[in-house]
Amino acid sequence: MTNTVRISGSLRNRLMITLISGSAILGIILFFIVRGYATQIAQDGQDNILKASLSSILDAATIQDGLVEVDFPYASLSMLDTDLDDRVFYAIYQDGILLSGYKGLPAPSSLTGETRTFQTIKYKGTFARVANANRILVGERGRIEISVSVAQTQDDLSRTLNSISKNVAVFGAGFFILVAALSYLATSTTINPLMRLAASIKKRGPKDLSPFEKEIPSEMVPLVSSLNRLMGRLDLSLKQSEDFIAEAAHRVRTPLATVRSYADATLQRVSKSENREALRSMVRAIDEASRAASQLLDHAMITFRTDHLQKEYIDLIDLVQDLALRLSPIAEMKDVKILVNHKNPVEIHGDFILIQNAIRNLIDNALKYSPNEAIIKISVGSEPTPYLKIHDEGPGFPPDDIQNLTLRFTRGKNANGIIGSGLGLTIAKDVANAHNGRLEIFNHKKGGACAILSF
Amino acid sequence: MRYIIVLVLIFITYSLNAEEWEDQRIFSSGSTNQTLRILSSTDTSFFEPILKSYLVDNPATKIEYLVTGTASLDKIFRNTPEKYDLVISSAMDLQLKLVNDGFAIKIQDSNHPSWAKWRKSLFAFTIEPAAIVINKRAFANQKIPQSRQDLIKALRSRSKFFQNRLGTYDVRKSGLGYLFATQDARTSETYWRLMEVMGGLGTQLYCCSGDMIDDLISGKIAVAYNVLSSYAGARKKVSDEIEIILPADFPTTMMRTAMVSKLAPNVENAKNFMLHLLKTQLKPADKNNYTLPPLLLKPGQQTIILEPALMTYLDKLKRQTFIKEWERAIIQ
Ligand SMILES: Nc1ncnc2c1ncn2[C@@H]1O[C@H](COP(=O)(O)OP(=O)(O)O)[C@@H](O)[C@H]1O
Repeated sequence: MTNTVRISGSLRNRLMITLISGSAILGIILFFIVRGYATQIAQDGQDNILKASLSSILDAATIQDGLVEVDFPYASLSMLDTDLDDRVFYAIYQDGILLSGYKGLPAPSSLTGETRTFQTIKYKGTFARVANANRILVGERGRIEISVSVAQTQDDLSRTLNSISKNVAVFGAGFFILVAALSYLATSTTINPLMRLAASIKKRGPKDLSPFEKEIPSEMVPLVSSLNRLMGRLDLSLKQSEDFIAEAAHRVRTPLATVRSYADATLQRVSKSENREALRSMVRAIDEASRAASQLLDHAMITFRTDHLQKEYIDLIDLVQDLALRLSPIAEMKDVKILVNHKNPVEIHGDFILIQNAIRNLIDNALKYSPNEAIIKISVGSEPTPYLKIHDEGPGFPPDDIQNLTLRFTRGKNANGIIGSGLGLTIAKDVANAHNGRLEIFNHKKGGACAILSF
Repeated sequence: MRYIIVLVLIFITYSLNAEEWEDQRIFSSGSTNQTLRILSSTDTSFFEPILKSYLVDNPATKIEYLVTGTASLDKIFRNTPEKYDLVISSAMDLQLKLVNDGFAIKIQDSNHPSWAKWRKSLFAFTIEPAAIVINKRAFANQKIPQSRQDLIKALRSRSKFFQNRLGTYDVRKSGLGYLFATQDARTSETYWRLMEVMGGLGTQLYCCSGDMIDDLISGKIAVAYNVLSSYAGARKKVSDEIEIILPADFPTTMMRTAMVSKLAPNVENAKNFMLHLLKTQLKPADKNNYTLPPLLLKPGQQTIILEPALMTYLDKLKRQTFIKEWERAIIQ
């Protein structure tokens, strides 16, 4: 069979790629969502502490003797202590003028009541989170707006975020690996019925064209049912061609036999020597035609049967002796003796009709190419494997062509004038191959052709 | 005319040498190429052994050790941070603020306990409680006070005797004095009662522990409050006139801290010195050789915590308020 199946990707790969890239994207999205969420929570945490610190400072603002006093508690800054010792900045403004604390921190701009804002700024070379709020004090000399900014660097926050990011990344990667493993599993279970189907088709003998009856997933029903239909049709057409061969054999051989018997009868009656000569040529032609026809049909039959071996146990010696007996009339015409040599019984497992056919063709050849009064030696043995050897005393195979003689319709140079179609050795070789055996042809050292059929 | 020139010259030399050091010493072991400038509030005698032991390992280094008060140290360093390699001070709050303001570099060290450092920049290397130091003769046949309350009682019961014979830091001038005072006030109201009593009896105000101990030994004053126990302890070895009392109610305990300037001329050398200092103070090989108290916490002992809250009392408004109240109590 030629391998012209055109491949476009693989179902398994496609499925895997889709699932795995999907899970990778999901993992990445998950990472960003969780990290974003964690960032927000961490930032909220810092903002809350800043807010508390801010409130405690603002609450401490009072007016004493007309002067603003902000006696804020120790805890105001103490609560801003972090593991990584973040830097802390603050500023207290009175009506927008720095009262005490650090210069350059953003002051709340609005004068509209009490507001609170958070922002991240760059201050003294690092990033800091600033909280602002203000408060109105009412003194004897009118309203005073006190505003306070508290800022904290984000070392601790970024460390927290980094460790969260790391954990989330590990989590995301774990998720990805898990999903990838699951997709591999899922792909395998999905693909498996298909593989099983393919394997069971491969495992089937060439003769087995029965429909598949194992349970299959519903998606595969169209495929398997059309496969079953196809095999049904194939089975039918094979049966038809088998019938056709039998039919053809019958139809060709019978009329040829009839024609020949007429020709024979006519030969008896005709006395004119040139007419007799013509008739003899006719009989020869008919013989040749019928032999070619029967060998063609044999070959066709063998080609068909090699796919449908009907094996049984065969006694090789019996088979050979039977054949020798049947061919003895032809042998006697040439005064050729067929000697069958054997020691122990040899039994093989094979298709009787095919093996008989092959051996008959080989003995036939030996008879055809032997001179008169020759001896054909056939030996049957079982060492190392069952074999059959035919050795004649003819001219031997033409050495130049010996490799090609087993090809279809190939005849040697020595075949001139000898009836034949070039199929005999082909049949013998095909049969040997169908039984995992070999056909060897060579010329014997002491002359004569040698053919060994081994199983 | 000549007179004016001389005046100008005097003025110029004075301003060139604008910083008046309490002490200025140079340590070197001969061939030198690098000068490590250490700005410190610690008396040279306390630091000498460590400086010398450093020079043994680093003979190529010359150390210039400059001593001044904690408050002026802060001012000098803020003005010219590029001139000094290391800053050592007992005023934890001022030191912490310097670091918070970005004056120090980070130093990687793995061994130093986390409670004794801040931002890997400020390193504590001693533990020194503030003490009540008394002249023994003034308390002959008297019960020796063990706490602030005891002291208040003792002062009240012999107010005539103690009149003008009390001493404490002038918190307006001394950074360490201010730190002790604010931490005391933060911890207990007893502080204000004591200050009022002391103020009522007339109290001498000092810039430094050393002067207070001098006057105690000479008998000029009988009681000094919030004296550095380490200084007093060193003097006690020489003179047996004084007795050191760590107040039983709550001892305010300070840690001396050091940092390397971000603009230090010899950063690597300064870092090395810092590591040497920390190693020595954490595991003093021979306690007798070193006059500085080691960084060892006794069980149950607590120090002022290195945290941003130390900046609270450095706030201008808070300081004004505190000083006002303090003056009201002590200067009557
Ligand atoms: N026994 C033999 N001795 C000599 N030549 C042989 C023998 N058998 C086969 N050959 C050669 O091999 C050729 C092919 O043989 P085969 O396939 O049986 O066809 P054919 O019908 O011509 O005998 C023959 O034409 C002949 O040249």
